[in-house]
Amino acid sequence: MSDNHGHHESHHGHDSHDHHHDEHHHQESFVTKYIFSMDHKTISRQFLITAVIMAFLAMLMSFIFRLQLAWPGEEFAIINFLLGDKMGKDGMINPETYMALVTIHGTVMVFMVLTGGLSGTFSNLLIPYQIGARDMASGFLNMLSYWFFFLSSVIMMWGFFIESGPASGGWTVYPPLSALPQAMDGSKMGMTLWLVSMSLFIISALLAGLNYIVTVIQLRTKGMTMTRLPLTVWAFFVTAILGVLSFPVLFSCALLLIFDRSFGTSFYLSDIYIGGQALEQTGGSPILYEHLFWFLGHPEVYIIILPALGLTSEIISVNSRKPIFGYRAMIGSILAIGFLSFIVWGHHMFMTGMNPFLGSVFVFTTLLIAIPSAVKAFNYITTLWKGNIRYTPAMLFAIGLVSTFISGGLTGIILADSALDINIHDTQFVTAHFHIVMGVSAILGMCAGVYHWFPKLFLRHMNKTLGYIHFWGTFIAAYGVFFPMHFLGLAGVPRRYYSNSAFPMFDNLIDINIFITSFAALAAAVQLIFLFNFFYSMFRGPKSEQNPWNSNTLEWTTPMANTHGNWPGALPVVHRWPYDYSKPGKDQDFVPQTVPLAEGEVDGGGH
Amino acid sequence: MIKFLVYVAIILGALAIGYLVRVFELASSLKGTKPEVITEKDNKLQARLMLFFLFAFFAYVIWNLVEFAPRMLPVSASEHGVEIDWLFNFNMAILFFVFTITHIILFYFAFKYYGRKGIQVTYLAHDNKLEMIWTIIPAIVLAIIIIFGLKSWNKITSDADPNSMIVEVYAQQYNWTARYAGADNKLGDANYRLITATNDLGMDEKSAEGKDDIIVKNEIHIPVGKEVEFKFRSRDVIHSAYFPHFRAQMNCVPGMTTMFHFTPTITTAEMRKDPYVIQQVKEINAIRQAAAKKEGRTEKPYEFNYILLCNKICGKSHYDMQMRVVVDTEADYKKWLATKPAFFAAPPADATKKEVAEIK
Repeated sequence: MSDNHGHHESHHGHDSHDHHHDEHHHQESFVTKYIFSMDHKTISRQFLITAVIMAFLAMLMSFIFRLQLAWPGEEFAIINFLLGDKMGKDGMINPETYMALVTIHGTVMVFMVLTGGLSGTFSNLLIPYQIGARDMASGFLNMLSYWFFFLSSVIMMWGFFIESGPASGGWTVYPPLSALPQAMDGSKMGMTLWLVSMSLFIISALLAGLNYIVTVIQLRTKGMTMTRLPLTVWAFFVTAILGVLSFPVLFSCALLLIFDRSFGTSFYLSDIYIGGQALEQTGGSPILYEHLFWFLGHPEVYIIILPALGLTSEIISVNSRKPIFGYRAMIGSILAIGFLSFIVWGHHMFMTGMNPFLGSVFVFTTLLIAIPSAVKAFNYITTLWKGNIRYTPAMLFAIGLVSTFISGGLTGIILADSALDINIHDTQFVTAHFHIVMGVSAILGMCAGVYHWFPKLFLRHMNKTLGYIHFWGTFIAAYGVFFPMHFLGLAGVPRRYYSNSAFPMFDNLIDINIFITSFAALAAAVQLIFLFNFFYSMFRGPKSEQNPWNSNTLEWTTPMANTHGNWPGALPVVHRWPYDYSKPGKDQDFVPQTVPLAEGEVDGGGH
Repeated sequence: MIKFLVYVAIILGALAIGYLVRVFELASSLKGTKPEVITEKDNKLQARLMLFFLFAFFAYVIWNLVEFAPRMLPVSASEHGVEIDWLFNFNMAILFFVFTITHIILFYFAFKYYGRKGIQVTYLAHDNKLEMIWTIIPAIVLAIIIIFGLKSWNKITSDADPNSMIVEVYAQQYNWTARYAGADNKLGDANYRLITATNDLGMDEKSAEGKDDIIVKNEIHIPVGKEVEFKFRSRDVIHSAYFPHFRAQMNCVPGMTTMFHFTPTITTAEMRKDPYVIQQVKEINAIRQAAAKKEGRTEKPYEFNYILLCNKICGKSHYDMQMRVVVDTEADYKKWLATKPAFFAAPPADATKKEVAEIK
């Protein structure tokens, strides 16, 4: 395999690249081709399939705790079926299992599905394809990144199979709760596994991120200037930068927690009396942990949403048969969001006793992010205006994303306002907000990506009718679940409560919880349709032609085969930006990037 | 065995759908159409669904407001809470307006411009004027939101009145303890190393300010119309003291003391007479009685109370870490406090016995 690197040339002088793949195709065994592969397409598929499985497991977890919230204390055969006789004894879950499910659901969705899965799939697939490169800058690091991710996913789930159960302090695992095994069962072995898993995940994210950055900077084909990059690549590029700058901080955060747990240090611990004993540790502060955690944690939500927005930009433009409106403003927004995401983390900590003046600064910076976000939303809407919209399932998901991004983003303005945060901090209002703006939106974006690029991933089409059902079911269920949840928060219901029955004042909210759980069941049911469609189409779907969506971008100029090195002959040369759809004076409603400019033709949207 | 049957059912179900899809695909290929190609008919159907969704969605939003809004928290029982509620409604009005406009435009465009033959696409790549408009207008609106928000925030978090009454709220897994500062309005020193079975808060006997401190469990009384400065401490993990009816919240962090002050404005007795509260309590009691009847037990009617609850995940009983808050008239409050002895005062004989029993 080592001589594969012969193909990964920089774009200087690759025009005369010779095609000599066939000679080592026969050397590839099953293991090097499908398991320890260094090909970006295979790695992308590995990430996607792992993420689909993890997402399905995380969804089952959420369904179990939703059953508990709607019908506390009732017995469900399905809970016993899914969790077994230990955790799901008598078809019920106890408070500790509930916390464990909430924690692992959150961690898996945030990190394994929407960071590893989303970026891992689409950055890997689209960066080399869309910039005209034969592969990632380093195929080997790319392969390592997947296998670290895989290992981290396995270790994260392992917690369910140990005696004391998985980590259960919420996905943010604040110490001292997570640092002290005396505090709860989930802080025993399960927490160690969580930390090991996250450390491996961070390694994976860093290897991947560095690779994406280097690839975008170094391996663009001739003519592919930064301002001719599709917005997908811009989004992946900025996402990778955010990851490389913020994940190391999470690593130090986790490392100090490992020290506190295992080596008796007191970075996060001070003045604690627990389990009938005063602990030795003094002088540390759990607030330090929160600062370190959210210094990653906030960029993290943009690491999740930016790739989804990038995919949406491309899909909306292609299927509206119109250039994306305000291409440069979109790049500017991505950069502005990326920069601002590093100076807003304190808005998660308004209620920690932080100096109110510092709080004011974070209010200001946080609300600034609304401006580039608004620009993006308006630009999507304007792209639809006077278009010729082709409703592929991907397009439906992309439009759904615009809706949830707006409605979830607006409630963010409430939460970012520190005075209002006093009353809704850590309530169900927060749960509703972030699920809509980053959970649902990113999932819709990811689904849009899967439907749109399925022909590039698996050379086949997914079934469109099942796709339509999947979209409408998911979209309706998402609002069915998360819209009423805001009201729970406004009624004062906190997050992460095993049951609200300890408070008679919440008794009149039970039918809201039943309503929510019913829609969660609908959401789960339609995801089964997706799962079926995904795996069925992978093998039996109708074969795709080379450029099924009449797109301009480079990935559709390669033949419908998993050619190692992507282009059988010379690399394509780029002459124009990627959004010349329905350009006046052309006989087709699309002009691929490889078509030279006509005489007097202006690039980049002028005409 | 059941597990096995379920797995078999799942596999058979998947196979059945697989064959069904196969049949549809074969049928359409016989008709000469390609099932994966998006037709004008598809576009038209989806466009109509988009329009339908727009109407259904707003009907749903309005239904949510009508049905769920009457179950929200009653009027704020604190001075600053009224301002928070006003600010919330003010911001929500702006945001709801934006939400409505953007969604109408989004779904209307999605409906109107569905793909069909002969449509004239406008090649529009950018427009500086439009882009300026939707950068500047959000910026102005956000400036307004920021200014109003920070004005309230600064007022709420400014230093407490030096004459305000000081109460400590002490958190531990999974209960709350309140400590009143006594006649000198100063809390005595405490140290976690002094915690024993009888000295729950680790109070320091040598501290002069602590001599008159009073410790109370289960419920906390505060007088109406008087500013109370709460000092929060935690013994073990992070908790969050959340008083939803007063729109007040602050984390309790081990190793440090945090603060929040507010002025209660409505006594518990007055709040129980509020028509909104009466209606809510009536509904809650109807639900509770029905449930009790079904299970064949009797249930004491629920009476409205202010509550302090834990709002930061703190362990397995996080969902049941609460304390009643009672707002009294000044006179009632004094009467109540007078019945509580100072912690270091010689305890009455029966209390000593009880504590000894607890140690055992």
